Amino acid sequence: MNPAPARDSEPQPLIRLTGVSKIYGTGQAAMHALRGVDLAVAKGEFVAVMGPSGSGKSTCMNIIGCLDTPTRGSYRFNGIEVGDLSRDQRAILRRHCLGFVFQGFNLLNRTSALENVELPLIYRGVPLRQRRRQAATALAAVGLAGWEHHTPGELSGGQQQRVAIARAIVTTPEVLLADEPTGNLDSERSLEVMRLLTDFNQREGLTIVMVTHEPDMAAFASRQIHFKDGAIEAIRTA
Amino acid sequence: MWWETFMLALRAIQRNALRSGLTVLGIVIGVAAVITMVTLGGGATAKVTEDIGKLGSNMLQLRPGQGFHGPGGARVSAEPFEVADAEALAREIANLEAVAPTASRSMQVIQGNENRSTTVIGTTDGFVLVRDWDLEAGRIFNPGELRGGKAVCVIGETVREALFGGLEPIGETVRLDRISFKIIGVLAAKGQTSFGTDQDDLVLVPLRTFQRRIAGNTDVQVIYVSARDGVATDRVKTRMERLMRERRRIAPEAEDDFFVRDMQEIVSTMTSTTRVLTTLLGAVAAVSLLVGGIGIMNIMLVSVTERTREIGTRMAIGAMERDVMRQFLVESVVLAGLGGICGILLGLAAAGVGARLMGVPFVFNPGIVCLAVIFSAGVGIVFGYFPARKAARLDPIEALRHE
Repeated sequence: MNPAPARDSEPQPLIRLTGVSKIYGTGQAAMHALRGVDLAVAKGEFVAVMGPSGSGKSTCMNIIGCLDTPTRGSYRFNGIEVGDLSRDQRAILRRHCLGFVFQGFNLLNRTSALENVELPLIYRGVPLRQRRRQAATALAAVGLAGWEHHTPGELSGGQQQRVAIARAIVTTPEVLLADEPTGNLDSERSLEVMRLLTDFNQREGLTIVMVTHEPDMAAFASRQIHFKDGAIEAIRTA
Repeated sequence: MWWETFMLALRAIQRNALRSGLTVLGIVIGVAAVITMVTLGGGATAKVTEDIGKLGSNMLQLRPGQGFHGPGGARVSAEPFEVADAEALAREIANLEAVAPTASRSMQVIQGNENRSTTVIGTTDGFVLVRDWDLEAGRIFNPGELRGGKAVCVIGETVREALFGGLEPIGETVRLDRISFKIIGVLAAKGQTSFGTDQDDLVLVPLRTFQRRIAGNTDVQVIYVSARDGVATDRVKTRMERLMRERRRIAPEAEDDFFVRDMQEIVSTMTSTTRVLTTLLGAVAAVSLLVGGIGIMNIMLVSVTERTREIGTRMAIGAMERDVMRQFLVESVVLAGLGGICGILLGLAAAGVGARLMGVPFVFNPGIVCLAVIFSAGVGIVFGYFPARKAARLDPIEALRHE
């Protein structure tokens, strides 16, 4: 199964999974979350990952996000074999190359929007003033200029998710990984968030991999990958 | 990075101010108790040492009878001393500054309509040397007055105040037991001892006068001796004991029927008592810090559980194990350290009030304060380690999924 032969001829896709399997447990109780997945995502793509729960899409996202490693097969990120990296090396890779957006926003409570956005910069060792400036710029980019000092409790769900997006893009990552970013939002806020993501993808060339089970949201992506029973069932290109 | 972690820790503590406060209460109380006790103990020691210095730390007292024998100790009937014993001490023992034989009695001292119950001491001019006592006015007995048993006296400050108020006492007379004594001197005030006795409540008269006209015998009750500066008092003590055994004809196998009290012995007893006390306090402190530390560990474990999603988010964003470890470790150290600082402030305040109430000086001990800071921070590290490691070892995927 070779999902995208044309792209394989390109020098090096940003994300390349080759025969990736993930097995939890051993023997009789072994659970095959992924069964030999092959997937390549090129720089600048906007990919939606879809499928029912238990289909393996979350496991696949965790592996792409370097939070987990394949049991078998190879995952190369930018040519680096992630399976060979230690826990800390994967943390460094996430720190420098990946941005995360979660369904539940995962902002720090009682902490201002600005400080939430600064968080990844702290781990990068960016000095305070530069951090403040970059965080303010990122907040302005998601349309939240003037909301810097509001805490998550004082922001709407849509605004909170935009703060989370600002936190993900403040480090100018190679890939933005969004795990059901609109799952907790009403349709209007969902559209706002999707427009924002599309905007970053088209204007900045930001590579986005997004998990969703809403076809309306997946429609924004340039490619839809459907998972079923731990394998890719279909790929649709917009 | 460390600064950020520190600020983060402060914020986390402030967010749960009440809980944090209750958690560190154990450490606060433990540290405060130790600081209070050590500071007050230091003040009391300083006070007692100062008092003993006022008595004269080179001073030895020779008394008939036996010293501090416990209950059941043989009671030997003891002859009082005589003036000849004091003269023998002065003659035969080298390196003595002064010798003062004394006999005393509690009596009424009367002047006009005023009277006061006080201690009358018959002694020689050596008394003020031995006790290192200055005269406020007038003079001490001259040899003629001592030999002739003249009716002259030197009064203490408390007696002067009671009988004369603002009037000039020198040259006036007071009556002791219907005998009139002419006042020739006033002693400088020494104040109270740490045991609360007023050292200035006394009247000195020549020993011979006391024996003939007040006591009606030739007994000497206590002989005070002072060694010259830099002379080891224990050696003087040994020589005094040998001489007295000889003079009192005590058989070689028999026990002494007198005893010599060495002020330096008392000082060293005080010092060792303080040391024992400090050790006990240290043990109490260790227990309270242990209890406080367990409290901190408990609350840090709760905190790690509560903030599992936060930890997952931080890990996804790029925090390494050691970053998470540091965050929680710093938080527990800051928590314990704040407890320690509160304890120190509280302890010093309590010691300040206590010192005033007890009438002892406030002796600030920087060593114990440093120790308290180091120990409380150490408690933070030791008891924060396990929760911090638990946080650092979380699986980011599990942590992110945590509700």
